[in-house]
Amino acid sequence: MPMLELNDVHAYYGNIHALKGISITVEEGEIVTLIGANGAGKTTTLRTITGLLKPRTGSVILDGEDLAPYPAHKIVYKGVAMVPEGRGIFSKLTVRENLDMGAFSRSDVDGIKQDLERAYELFPRLKERESQISGTLSGGEQQMLATARALMARPRLMLMDEPSMGLAPVLVESVFDIIQEINKEGTTILLVEQNAHMALQIAQRGYVLQTGEIVLSDSADGLRKDPMVQKAYLGME
Amino acid sequence: MITKQSIQLRTPLRFGIIAGVVSVCASAIGLVVLFSERELIAGVITMGQILIFAPTAALAYIAARDHAEGQRGIALLYGSLTGVISGIPSALLILLASAVNLRQFMPNVSPALIEILSFGLPPVAGSLAFLAAMTAVGLIAASFSLLPSNIKRPIFNGLLWTFTIGLFSENISSRVRFFFGSEFNKLIFTGKALDPFVAALIFFLAAGLTVWQGRRQTTHTEPEGVSTSRKSRLRWMTYAGVVVTLLILPLLLGSYLSEVLNNVGLFILMGLGLNIVVGFAGLLDLGYVAFYAIGAYSMAVMTSQGPLGFGLSFWAALPFCVLMAAFAGLMLGIPVLRMRGDYLAIVTLAFGEIIRILVLSDLLKPVLGGAQGILKIPKPEIFGLVLKQPEQFYFVILAGVLIAWFVSWRLSKARLGRQWLAMQEDEDVAEAMGIRLVTTKLLAFSFGAAFSGLAGALLASKLTSIFPHSFKLEISINVLVLIIIGGLGSLPGVVIGALILVGLPELLREFAEYRLLMYGLLMIVMMLAKPEGFWPSQIMKRELHIDEESEMLSAEAGD
Repeated sequence: MPMLELNDVHAYYGNIHALKGISITVEEGEIVTLIGANGAGKTTTLRTITGLLKPRTGSVILDGEDLAPYPAHKIVYKGVAMVPEGRGIFSKLTVRENLDMGAFSRSDVDGIKQDLERAYELFPRLKERESQISGTLSGGEQQMLATARALMARPRLMLMDEPSMGLAPVLVESVFDIIQEINKEGTTILLVEQNAHMALQIAQRGYVLQTGEIVLSDSADGLRKDPMVQKAYLGME
Repeated sequence: MITKQSIQLRTPLRFGIIAGVVSVCASAIGLVVLFSERELIAGVITMGQILIFAPTAALAYIAARDHAEGQRGIALLYGSLTGVISGIPSALLILLASAVNLRQFMPNVSPALIEILSFGLPPVAGSLAFLAAMTAVGLIAASFSLLPSNIKRPIFNGLLWTFTIGLFSENISSRVRFFFGSEFNKLIFTGKALDPFVAALIFFLAAGLTVWQGRRQTTHTEPEGVSTSRKSRLRWMTYAGVVVTLLILPLLLGSYLSEVLNNVGLFILMGLGLNIVVGFAGLLDLGYVAFYAIGAYSMAVMTSQGPLGFGLSFWAALPFCVLMAAFAGLMLGIPVLRMRGDYLAIVTLAFGEIIRILVLSDLLKPVLGGAQGILKIPKPEIFGLVLKQPEQFYFVILAGVLIAWFVSWRLSKARLGRQWLAMQEDEDVAEAMGIRLVTTKLLAFSFGAAFSGLAGALLASKLTSIFPHSFKLEISINVLVLIIIGGLGSLPGVVIGALILVGLPELLREFAEYRLLMYGLLMIVMMLAKPEGFWPSQIMKRELHIDEESEMLSAEAGD
């Protein structure tokens, strides 16, 4: 049984048909990537998984259970955490307060403490800036904070929305290293990226989204060799 | 290396024009004449004169301090130039008023005003005298800015205290007469103003105290261990002092001032409530007066001994009033759950009006009395003592404010406070963290409404009769302005805001007509100069200074 399964999901923003029948699966322990251009529906797909947007038809199934009846704030409790696009940190709160908010769904004090230490181990920069207002962090640090905050929910499935956006190339690489490390520790990852080159390097499988539809799905290697992907997303002629 | 600083005339020109326009406007709208009736120091200076000279003094001081780069000559030049330029508009007004009848279109440019501005001299001499006076003020302010700070501070504090006591001399005088008799009062106050000798005494006393305090601070440096225990003792002493002051305040202030304080207290209560909705949860509510009305009318209907009331006691009705308001908050909350920002503001605005119009309507007239209101609302009674006097009622309001304060304070530290904060920043992300937006929002509306309902219930009992016209939109605006001026999200800020916006206008009756003008001016000045409010919360400080802080940090990183 796959961990996450989207079956023919249609979603709308008002009258705009944003997702036109998306079906994807994510197996436990995988890194799966969704690549596609701006407006292809990548973020929308993530929003239907977190429950911020409910599909009009089709189903989102986590561990065999349909998520339709659960409001967004309940889905966190099922082990799904999101690293929002554009980082979406609480900019007025300190680094530490942001991390505490990440563990909002949990009440196991000892576990939270452990995970906080783990997060600081993974991102030593955040430890240094523990009491700094997070709005004053650099772009890379904000991305680290958003990722660490999602980890604080101790998710089994982590949804990452364009973690490389607006980061310097050096930082992009370190972000992707950390994603792999998180994955090795047992967290399944669904990664949405415009930077197809990097995403396909760390993912096992991938889907290509175009104007609300899946146009291609294959192993990461297969996608990298696909002429259409090479031309449209990897910038090769 | 000595570089000769170039003299930039733009600064004094700009400051002079600003000060000149401000003072001529104050004259033209009639404030100067009105304020001239209030003497600060008998026979020496009036409020009106302060109004004319203060902008020039302040701006000449700033011009000399910040823009002359420490060069004495230039500082004095800037100061006097600012003064001359700021005098020109009013000088022209004097000349113009003598030549043409300005009153046709500027009714406030009266002979009395011209007489004040021209010091009673004929037009040409008068306008020159005015220019000279303004120049002198600019020059004095500029030379004041050149003094070393250990002289500047005592002088400034001395002036501030003299000014403050002079400003409130009418109220202070009535209390002095009450406590020490009218003979003693005559020694200090001449008529309603400070006696010049006493004013000088106050000035030297305040200045002397500042010097003494400054010396003590520099000589006293204690080892660390001692100072922490001393600090905690000092903190407890401060708390004790505050408690004692709060308890004996009505005795000191007497009936009239206690009444003023009670009004301030009701606005503090409402401010604390709206602070939860707007300051903590970030939901802009412009119909806040509705809950005040609901609290008041609940109290009226339940306790009134008139034909419309049930004749319950104040204490029996009070919890019910608070619950009614909280319930109304919930009811308002449900339809606006999905709204944000401007839309929310408009809907809540409408809600406030709907409640007022419902109360006025014929439909509810048999229950709520329509425009005739509800009369014969009893005052609270405690152990057989009816709390009739404002000095007694004060304690009921004080208790309410303390409870609301405590609840607000606990909430801001609790999980719920965090939820509000997260929701205020980003609803989607907050929800994705596991925060239930529906309950979080509804709780904010209900808590806010409950405090306002409490204030309304107290109001009804304080006034003993209530009418629909006491619950106008203006109240919502007042409460919103006071929490913004105090500092959104800050509890002490609410108290400061209420004292400034509700307390001050009561004490300075001359302001009454110009109240809204003052609010507007205060808001504009505050938003430009100190947008985080007088006593900002930590979070507000952070938000407004994030840019500066990140600049500072990136500068550090650059080094």
